[in-house]
Amino acid sequence: MSSINADSILETIDMIRVHHLDIRTVTLALSLRDCCDSDVKIVGEKIYNKITKYAKNLVSLANEIEEEYSIPIINKRISVTPISLVGESCKEYDYVYLAQVLDKAAQEVGVNFIGGFGALVEKGCTKGDAALIESIPEALSKTERICSSINVASSKAGINMDAVLKMGTTIKKAAKLTADRDGIGAAKLVCFCNVPGDNPFMAGAFHGYGEPECALNVGVSGPGVVRAAIEALPKNTSFGDMANKIKQIAYKITSTGELVGREMAQRMQIPFGIIDLSLAPTPEIGDSVAGIFQAMGLEHAGAHGTTAALAMLNDAVKKGGIMASSHVGGLSGAFIPVSEDAGMIEAATKGCLTFDKLEAMTSVCSVGLDMIAIPGDTPADTISGIIADEMAIGMINKKTTAVRVIPAPNKKAGDKVVFGGLLGEAPIMNVNNLSSTKFVQRGGRIPAPIHSLNN
Amino acid sequence: MQEKTVGKSDNKIIITVSGVDRIGIVAKVANVLAEYKVNIEDIKQTIMQDYFVMFLLGDISKADKSFKEIKEALQKAGEELQMEIWVQKKQIFDKMHTI
Repeated sequence: MSSINADSILETIDMIRVHHLDIRTVTLALSLRDCCDSDVKIVGEKIYNKITKYAKNLVSLANEIEEEYSIPIINKRISVTPISLVGESCKEYDYVYLAQVLDKAAQEVGVNFIGGFGALVEKGCTKGDAALIESIPEALSKTERICSSINVASSKAGINMDAVLKMGTTIKKAAKLTADRDGIGAAKLVCFCNVPGDNPFMAGAFHGYGEPECALNVGVSGPGVVRAAIEALPKNTSFGDMANKIKQIAYKITSTGELVGREMAQRMQIPFGIIDLSLAPTPEIGDSVAGIFQAMGLEHAGAHGTTAALAMLNDAVKKGGIMASSHVGGLSGAFIPVSEDAGMIEAATKGCLTFDKLEAMTSVCSVGLDMIAIPGDTPADTISGIIADEMAIGMINKKTTAVRVIPAPNKKAGDKVVFGGLLGEAPIMNVNNLSSTKFVQRGGRIPAPIHSLNN
Repeated sequence: MQEKTVGKSDNKIIITVSGVDRIGIVAKVANVLAEYKVNIEDIKQTIMQDYFVMFLLGDISKADKSFKEIKEALQKAGEELQMEIWVQKKQIFDKMHTI
């Protein structure tokens, strides 16, 4: 029996070389719960030492594996315990200082982002949570690699509208303090409903409370591969057959991620955590989720039918991927970040993809309103209204949803923001001009929904 | 407890060579492999869309140099031959294409 299967080899090489198959991220998830102290300087010291010790070889080992399999590993990252918890033990809070320590540690070990500068406040804030949220704009403006996420809602707890209100102003302020870079601070800040504690993707990655001391989590990608596979099918292929094709591709993508994840974990001598079954686009041509909709037969992302296409895609990716891995978690599904997807950027620029359509799409896909640039003069209360709507979709549908919008300072609808790299660029999209103020300023919580009578 | 992970001990590599056919391709690649003590276990070659494509299955367990060095030497040979050469651990194909 020959051990060489030429078709399989060529298919794999084609997936990598032509269709941008890659491992999007290997993320070291690390608990910092043992770094607490009453002195913030000691907390900082412990955090720095722990991160630089555990992540010392993260980048070099990832590069080694990348070389051996000839598959690009795009990002090497770290997620940590929500910092509100770690910094709360201090007599005097100084979360900006802790952000700077995290940033320095990330730089030292060569990772491009470190996630976990956040808190879970779906039912309410502790003193540390409140202090952390207050510090976010300054922390993001004074650091390069910090990502911040705040969970403000869950299906079990409801929506913390006080936190939603606060996040509206926090996002505005984060953008304002980084006005010289198109408000990039807000691009590293995300609000969640039902946030998973094992997500390897930024900006929402953090190391959750039920997680082990450390783990290696992996996020895969490959919209280009899915698009090419669908394009290769006859135009009259039925939905069932198309879904099967997506499942097969998702299996192949995921099994590659599983291989890389387990190898990484073994070489780092830490447990393998989860693989995130994701289709994460990049701004590169051909690596677009919007491109998949076109391959399916829609003129552009945003056409009527887009939500159905996304629902089918998201479900098929999960069905295909789940069999390829022993442990699946994170956000798992198709991402629709506007600025990070060439097809979405084009659709939004042409005006075929609107904010409201994106909101509808988030009810059937992974995550939510992601990397959407909005006018800089959008009132904070309107942003809170946007967050409240998105959290409601997640809460009622028992899924993860998120909001990462960038109120680009001094820009208006039709202008453009450019962040560069994976964060890409985006046209400023219109939002509804009606006031949400009296609604979002009521205060308190939207009660958790009933979990029966599902209609 | 750490769960059982995929072994690092997999010593099989697949070398894929493609480009315009010419004299001496097999010889040159085989020569590099012999020099680095990589045993060739199987070879397959074909013409696809006017391009010459060759696949070699190698075993690096007796090699005295690292995977990286072997790969670099092969890629250098590829440049000299004006051929594209991919060198990958075989595991990626096994994992991706079998259930």
